[in-house]
Amino acid sequence: MSDVVETPKLPNSLRDNPRLSRWLGFGEGGQVIISPGKVELGQGILTALSQIAADELDVALPRILVRTVATPNSPDEGVTSGSLSVQNSGAALRHVCAEARMIFLQVASQASGVAIEALRVEDGIFHGPNGPVGSYWTLAERGLLECDATPGRRAKPPAARRLVSISTARTDLPDKVFGRPRFVHDMRPDGLLHARVVRPPSRGAQLLELPEGELPGGARILRDGDFLAVLAEVEHDAQLAAEWLAMRTTWAERDTLPDENALAEWLRAAPHQETAVVERGDPGEALSVRCLRASFFRPPVAHASIGTSCALARWDGGVVEVWSHTQGPYNLRKDMALTLGIPEEAVVIRHVEGAGCYGHNGADDVALDAALAARAAPGRPVRMLWGRADELGWSPFSSAMLVDVQAGLDEAGCLASFRLDVTSNGHSSRPGRGKLPTLLAASHLAEPFAVPPAINLPAERGGGAQRNAVPGYRVPALRVGMRTVTEMPLRVSAMRGLGAPVNVWAIESVMDELAVMAGADPLDFRLRHLEDQRAAAVLRKAAEMAGWARRQRRDGFGLGMGVARYKNLGGWCAVFAEIEAEEVVRARRLWVAADLGEVVNPDGAANQLEGGAIHAASQALKEAVRFDRRRVTSDSWENYPILRFSEVPEVEVQFINRPEEPPLGAGEPSFGPTVAAIANAIHDALGIRPRTMPFTPENLAAAMETA
Amino acid sequence: MISFTLNGALTSLDLPDDVPLLAALRGAAGLSGPRLGCAAEGCGACMVLLDGKPVMSCTLALGAAVGREVTSVEGLGDFEAPHPLQIAFLKEQAGQCGYCLSGILVSAAALLAADPDPDDAAIRRALDPHLCRCGSHNRILRAVRRAAAVMRSDVVEAA
Ligand code: FES
Ligand code: FES
Repeated sequence: MSDVVETPKLPNSLRDNPRLSRWLGFGEGGQVIISPGKVELGQGILTALSQIAADELDVALPRILVRTVATPNSPDEGVTSGSLSVQNSGAALRHVCAEARMIFLQVASQASGVAIEALRVEDGIFHGPNGPVGSYWTLAERGLLECDATPGRRAKPPAARRLVSISTARTDLPDKVFGRPRFVHDMRPDGLLHARVVRPPSRGAQLLELPEGELPGGARILRDGDFLAVLAEVEHDAQLAAEWLAMRTTWAERDTLPDENALAEWLRAAPHQETAVVERGDPGEALSVRCLRASFFRPPVAHASIGTSCALARWDGGVVEVWSHTQGPYNLRKDMALTLGIPEEAVVIRHVEGAGCYGHNGADDVALDAALAARAAPGRPVRMLWGRADELGWSPFSSAMLVDVQAGLDEAGCLASFRLDVTSNGHSSRPGRGKLPTLLAASHLAEPFAVPPAINLPAERGGGAQRNAVPGYRVPALRVGMRTVTEMPLRVSAMRGLGAPVNVWAIESVMDELAVMAGADPLDFRLRHLEDQRAAAVLRKAAEMAGWARRQRRDGFGLGMGVARYKNLGGWCAVFAEIEAEEVVRARRLWVAADLGEVVNPDGAANQLEGGAIHAASQALKEAVRFDRRRVTSDSWENYPILRFSEVPEVEVQFINRPEEPPLGAGEPSFGPTVAAIANAIHDALGIRPRTMPFTPENLAAAMETA
Repeated sequence: MISFTLNGALTSLDLPDDVPLLAALRGAAGLSGPRLGCAAEGCGACMVLLDGKPVMSCTLALGAAVGREVTSVEGLGDFEAPHPLQIAFLKEQAGQCGYCLSGILVSAAALLAADPDPDDAAIRRALDPHLCRCGSHNRILRAVRRAAAVMRSDVVEAA
């Protein structure tokens, strides 16, 4: 009967890549080499995974070397996204290291005659009662890891772990404070050529005519249909040549974009597919004695990485090798092969860090651009670098979203019915998932691929537009529907939180309003309807941190809250926000409480939660992709402002640590609750319910008029 | 030939004087610290010090550096001899992707050289030309305060 407990399934990542040697090896210099399938995006994942491995193997942390992902040998763990890296890769590595430790100890025990129970591991060396009997390294040559992982629970019990749940310095940070080469932008292989892409002036534009004459610096032009690039020996010449060409090339342009001032109406009218997300009871019935309706709109927003997208590529015979800051090396490989018309084995993707991406930005697109440019210079490595206008104008955006809510209270002031309909494009155009490539230049080639509309994953896999559309509150009649818009005038894809930020904002705003209708304190009202005790616990904790019970009204200031369990299956997070309403609204302080199960690197997780909250404050207060009927006009920092040092709120983060529970990701859970808390704080200060993001004076003034 | 002092060493580059300083630093001079973010004075990723004053090297012509002193993050310190700011950034774990840090570090160094005890508003003002998308701002502010305190005292923090 204990068998059931002793043979849990393999972690998903390990089931797909069971060979132990694919994950772990022991280097001659006494290192432990781990090969996770997840990549560093600035979120500190490599440090957390190193902690887990060192702990299970009983070696010192500095021994761990992380081999970054490269096809075809690294485990294929899909895309590094959705706050799943510690959860998936961590579980796999923990299992692999625990199993490896056991295998090595068995062999050492047999060879030495010391019973396995009498062996202990100290920094990788196996000690018996009479001294050392071997180590991971003395047995490394025996091929002991050339076997598949087997189910079974061998990992240490939480109480025996020494290196996790302890704040650990990020291993990648020293390079970054000393300005050492670390990013793909810094690679300088011999014979490097430099490339720039010259994008069409607007979406749907067709190249009519190239200019006559010499390009600056002897640069070369490369054209494939409407894909245009330049190639030069010196980087600055490539830059000048691209500018020269952009000014002189003739294109035929046409209107392809909707009216940015009527985008909500456009979303309502656009062709779409309807999906019922949840149906329970009939919220249409007259269960409720008091009802409210509200609609929430967010324009498209940009990832807006500080570094522009970059990749290196080199062709050798029929094989192209690509260095990329992609989130999904195997996914990229698939779409590259599709677009270039070569087998997947002829594409090698090596991950190298880039600037933080916050979702599917231009990382994959620039890899294709690099490969297309490098095809013209076989044998030579080519670095393709995007400019700021490419980054802000052509990376995939996060879709505009519209959320309609109708909710009601019963006689007793309890939530009786809740209906939510979310209308949006899909939230994923990630490569490697469909029949058509989703890479930007694929639709610009002489033999173009159609651009497939973005999709929403099913809710069990985290969803897309419907992420967090189901409220975590007890309600007898509930209906949540999703309209996935199938026309995609602006290319959109995954961004931090996918649909969650807008859904959480909508739900948490309505909860605040219902509390007022019920004559209840918004905190009590939420707690009354929360069955999920982990959600209630983070909410109570954040309330305490913010001093909610003792709060005093101050002119021009407001305090608001938001809470959600990310994806309804990830980490729990509550945020309180204090705002100050001057001529513009400023977020002054944020209090963040989170329950992420076992927290492997508390300081790293706090960094991520705080980063997510500041990103959310930026999006809530300032961000919108702007466009006319042809082009995206917010393609500079001037036209796409984000939060600055003078504007960032103070942030306090606390955890409810549960070492016995599985670890959950930290990058996204604070996002939605922060947007919601800011919106509710604005109402507290000004009496206005924000209905349109960003919460600028213009949008707030419009909300006041329609209120 | 354009000659100037780069991170303490006399440097001559055979480049036209209208090349942006950033292109020269990352290209012929082989540095990685100064970074390209926008090429339009909008983000501060390319910030270096020119005679101790922060300048955005993405738009500054190389000719402007003739005979002057250019300092990039590499010139503040290295692993063996780190600047107190670099130590403080590591202590506070002030960064996520780190792409913005080279520029922020040199601006902070210029600030502390001019004002050893800046208040919060002064630090924010000095760093306002810099964008950080990862939301590392508060840690960065703490790290600058920490370095300032260390530099005012006689204590040396170990890296
Ligand atoms: S690259 Fe110079 S300010 Fe952005
Ligand atoms: S740490 Fe990533 S932009 Fe600042």
